[in-house]
Amino acid sequence: MSDLTLLLIRLAFLAVLWFFVIAAVGVIRTDLFGSRTTAAVPARKAPKAVKPPAKSKKGEPRQMVVTGGPLQGTTITLSETPITIGRANDATLVVSDDYASSRHARLFPQDGQWIVEDLGSTNGTYLDRSKVTRPTPVPLGVPIRIGKTVIELRK
Amino acid sequence: MSTPSVEPVLLPAKRRVAQLAMLAFAVVIIMGAYANVGLAIDKQIPSGMLTYGLGLGGFMLAAYLVLAKFAPWADPLILPLVTLVNGLGLVMIYRLEAAKMGGASATNQLVWTGVGVVLFSVTLIVLRDHRALQRLTYTAGAVGLLLLVSPLIPFLGKEINGARIWIGVGGATLQPAEFAKLALVVFFAGYLVAKRDVLALAGRRLLFIDLPRARDLGPVLITWGFSLGVLVLQKDLGSSLLIFGTFIAMLYIATQRTSWVLIGILLFVGGAILAGMLFSHVQDRFTVYLNPEDPALYDKVGGSFQLLQGLFGMGQGGVIGTGLGQGHPEQIPLAFSDFIFPATGEELGLTGLMALLMIYALIVERGLRTSIAARDPFSKLLAGGLSFILAWQVFIIVGGVTNLIPLTGLVTPFMSQGGSALLANWILIALLVRMSDAARKPPPQAIQDEGMTQVFQR
Repeated sequence: MSDLTLLLIRLAFLAVLWFFVIAAVGVIRTDLFGSRTTAAVPARKAPKAVKPPAKSKKGEPRQMVVTGGPLQGTTITLSETPITIGRANDATLVVSDDYASSRHARLFPQDGQWIVEDLGSTNGTYLDRSKVTRPTPVPLGVPIRIGKTVIELRK
Repeated sequence: MSTPSVEPVLLPAKRRVAQLAMLAFAVVIIMGAYANVGLAIDKQIPSGMLTYGLGLGGFMLAAYLVLAKFAPWADPLILPLVTLVNGLGLVMIYRLEAAKMGGASATNQLVWTGVGVVLFSVTLIVLRDHRALQRLTYTAGAVGLLLLVSPLIPFLGKEINGARIWIGVGGATLQPAEFAKLALVVFFAGYLVAKRDVLALAGRRLLFIDLPRARDLGPVLITWGFSLGVLVLQKDLGSSLLIFGTFIAMLYIATQRTSWVLIGILLFVGGAILAGMLFSHVQDRFTVYLNPEDPALYDKVGGSFQLLQGLFGMGQGGVIGTGLGQGHPEQIPLAFSDFIFPATGEELGLTGLMALLMIYALIVERGLRTSIAARDPFSKLLAGGLSFILAWQVFIIVGGVTNLIPLTGLVTPFMSQGGSALLANWILIALLVRMSDAARKPPPQAIQDEGMTQVFQR
């Protein structure tokens, strides 16, 4: 085994090691900019999930972001299922907050819009500044306050 | 966006194919590394390449299958990244064994890796919902403390290489502190979830810093006293720094108060200086740290010989290293355990070490990402704490061997030879995988389309 071959092997090994790192970062990329493979996922699931006609509408929210409170930074991707918020362990978003009720509020999609509904909480749910008394549609980027937690719908 | 109608719903993908491909890639890199070692030392492909490579590949395939069955939404990168680090450790130990270094045994390490994968699988299968751990908060705390002090029990504890951190059961020895750190992180997470409000809100403001009330300092002082006790009684600088640092970091995550970090740093520095003045073994570490080049220290038993050998090795490696199997890492004492990082640095050079650190950084990033995505406060703290303890451990040992901070005896996670650390770290990874599965899983599907009653499955 000549020295030249060993040198080439050494360089190749380091290159491959770095290529692994870059490949790993490539996989992470999807976390930040969305997955390029998602196009295939709904196609496979197409027989099961019936897409609502409003899907193609622009301006429809895609994720719910917690912008304030102890859970700040949490993001939940919106699908067609309702989201419950409260202190109960079976809530989609579990807030540990003395000002929140066990089953505090619910967000659900209807005709391409997301509706927020207060589930009889003690301290109330606020959409922007006004208290939610009946199911109310949530516009994009308007804060919903539940105890100390603030959430927002985003595209 | 010319045809908005085909725009898909952005579902978090499972990325199983990507995971399997990355896993295969990692195993291929490790087999290549074995071949490289053999070609450089014996001028032929070693017989170990297939045994070790396929052994590692088999273990990881098993881990992958368990993960795909029991945590299908888990992060796709954690397992491949850990595989690569674990495999590189195996290669380095194999290489040191080939250089006739006493104590290095790649076969042992491979067996421990197998046991680690078994524990990883058992954790994933048994622990279906990690929030069950929250109910064990105080149990975990008690178990952690008990494990930590167990080496001090007469007849059970053993002193090896100047640190009393081992317990011997029959002929086998175990480092209970490695498992204690997991239990303690669970305890800190559960405790801080319950107490974070009082720690975060009460207090008064003084010069840009929110100072906590004096009576809320209790938990910090107790942990501080405890970690100093470990430092003094067990002569274990590494674990002491590891546990206290992790507690402070988790306190910061829970309360978002900088004052806790400042208080923690001041307490630890104060304690370390005090211990340095009172106890000779701490003082020795400081002298070695400050003047490693002193010839008197270099020749002294327990002096700076080991540290300098490591630094010489890394210097010999330079930017691209001497190549696997072509350096002399066997001249660094304990190159297969505490000093595996400089040994790798000699053979892979700065380029290889940077790649290695990047891989550790990516593992930690995946853990912190899990923490951000988690949907309940306990998971957030637990994932944050577990990722931090991994990062902190890498920092302490890499900082130690590069003489950035005083050297403390800690293992390099997944690389150093030694069963206890490997097993504990595999359990840690299983917990992270379990939490990333819970965090990435889409909200449960409703059974009815839209009705008064909603059915949840958790």
